[in-house]
Amino acid sequence: MKILVCISKAPDTTSKIAFTNNNTSFDENGVQYIVNPYDEWYALVRALEIKESIGAEVTIITVGTSNDEAIMRKALAIGADNAIRIDAEPTDAYFVALQLAEFAKLNAYDLILTGKETINFNGSQIGGMLAECLDSPYVSVASKLEVEGKNIRVEREITGGIEVLQVSLPAVVSCAKGMAEQRIPNMRGIMAARTKPLEVRPALPVDALTSFSSYASPATKSAVKIIDANALDTLVALLHNEAKVI
Amino acid sequence: MATLVYLHATENIGKGSLELVTYARKIDSDVTVFVTGEAPNASLETLGAYGAKEIIVNRVLSVSNNQQVCAWLAQHAANYSTILFSHDFNGRSIAPRLSVRIKAGLISGAVSLPETNGAIKVNVFSGKAFGFVKCLTETRIISLLPNSIAPELIGGTCTVREVNEQPSTQGTIAVLEVKKPEGAIPLPEAELVVSAGRGLKGPENWGMVEDLAEALGAATACSRPVADIGWRPHHEHVGQTGVAIRPNLYIAIGISGAIQHLAGVNGSKVIVVVNTDAEAPFFKAADYGVIGDAFEVVPKLTEAVKKFKAQA
Ligand SMILES: Cc1cc2nc3c(=O)[nH]c(=O)nc-3n(C[C@H](O)[C@H](O)[C@H](O)COP(=O)(O)OP(=O)(O)OC[C@H]3O[C@@H](n4cnc5c(N)ncnc54)[C@H](O)[C@@H]3O)c2cc1C
Repeated sequence: MKILVCISKAPDTTSKIAFTNNNTSFDENGVQYIVNPYDEWYALVRALEIKESIGAEVTIITVGTSNDEAIMRKALAIGADNAIRIDAEPTDAYFVALQLAEFAKLNAYDLILTGKETINFNGSQIGGMLAECLDSPYVSVASKLEVEGKNIRVEREITGGIEVLQVSLPAVVSCAKGMAEQRIPNMRGIMAARTKPLEVRPALPVDALTSFSSYASPATKSAVKIIDANALDTLVALLHNEAKVI
Repeated sequence: MATLVYLHATENIGKGSLELVTYARKIDSDVTVFVTGEAPNASLETLGAYGAKEIIVNRVLSVSNNQQVCAWLAQHAANYSTILFSHDFNGRSIAPRLSVRIKAGLISGAVSLPETNGAIKVNVFSGKAFGFVKCLTETRIISLLPNSIAPELIGGTCTVREVNEQPSTQGTIAVLEVKKPEGAIPLPEAELVVSAGRGLKGPENWGMVEDLAEALGAATACSRPVADIGWRPHHEHVGQTGVAIRPNLYIAIGISGAIQHLAGVNGSKVIVVVNTDAEAPFFKAADYGVIGDAFEVVPKLTEAVKKFKAQA
């Protein structure tokens, strides 16, 4: 079985989120990039578990610049077999999805996994766009995935519950919590990752469909009002009269 | 030009649907709602009072087959300049497909109406910032985060038309089973949320959290370690790597307020923190704070809420 795992870089979860150039670009000063957690913890690890149980080739792919090779080596150290980088600075999700689709079409993958969303753009767009490009079934925000012959059995979150689906392969699945447990790369993995193949391919010309014009930070909160632990009627009254939320 | 709203409606029309129709009506008064799901015509008609002009309901399609739903919407999309989804589990699965299919820009996670320059404010960096996104195509697709606009009753009626279009697709998706926790309020849509963390010491202590939630009519949530150790189900995990929520009220009990937790709840209108440690970082993000032991504070707070509800 051939599995393609789409990974993205994301700023480390403790990064200070600030903007420059008149709030038109993200301030990367001092920001450490990591593999987007959903891509790494759930999509990649689940792919490796499938490989370990029934055998598979696991390829990771990212659309990015040479700066992203560090996070790709991390994914290889965790256990991916090989890596593809489509050489471009992403402009929007549509641009990225079309690059991924172009590569995926060449290689007949049985299963393509993405994270549920990135923690910087929270778009949840890539998986569905890629599935449409490939005319494949798509399951979003999946929390379990088992391969059953030519199908997969997937659980996905729905409002107020979990839905169990049987989906024909090839398919695209976006992965969320529950799918797998985070793995820390060991020394052997890190050594092996240095020599695993990392292929760089040119990007297609694609016009973006959307663009970020600016960013803003949330309004800062005024100081907290401390309520005495024995005066909870006061708290309830404030929530009703002042905050007007109950 | 006209606005298309896509909704999946099972029984009664939820608040999220009223928000979508209100948002659509504020963009353009010519609102058509495309519906999947079993909701009876009588409940769909109530959308007229929020600004819907026409409802087109397709009960032969399964919402889980996003390929088919997308193909159905695409057949009609040319008549609309704005296409609106909820940024919920269904919107996330259908909207991106449609974006590719009709080559229209998708603006996901919108939190307010378009600005005068056309840019739309969206949630980015998991709630740590906002972005303003412009759509570069004539038709735009927007997915709206729940709790971003208040439903507005304007009076009015709509027609309901039933259709049976079933476009063919290449792959197959079959629903084998649906597991629904009894009576729970879905977290992403909840207006009031009571959440607890490791400070509660063990799963056996969640009774008091559920009591408070019940007294308020709130949904329950938890911090990541609590879901990781299995004290609470995964779908309750809020934060940067869990569900991001924007309720009117978020009550955080025994949660330290780590940056990754705050990311998912910062969008809440009002935050109340209960913590024994006066130095807990969460107090910096809170509107109201109670420094005290959850085991004493929470039952008392529940009593105070019940007293208030009895008077109201
Ligand atoms: C990449 C990454 C992603 C992450 N994503 C998330 C995420 O999405 N969501 C998330 O929640 N976390 C996330 N985390 C974890 C996060 O950093 C914190 O570790 C976690 O939020 C802490 O959970 P907690 O507040 O319940 O527990 P603790 O940090 O242990 O805090 C417990 C709190 O309870 C208080 N307390 C103790 N006893 C009582 C009592 N009797 N009464 C009242 N208060 C009491 C303590 O003072 C303390 O403040 C992530 C971490 C990483 C590295």
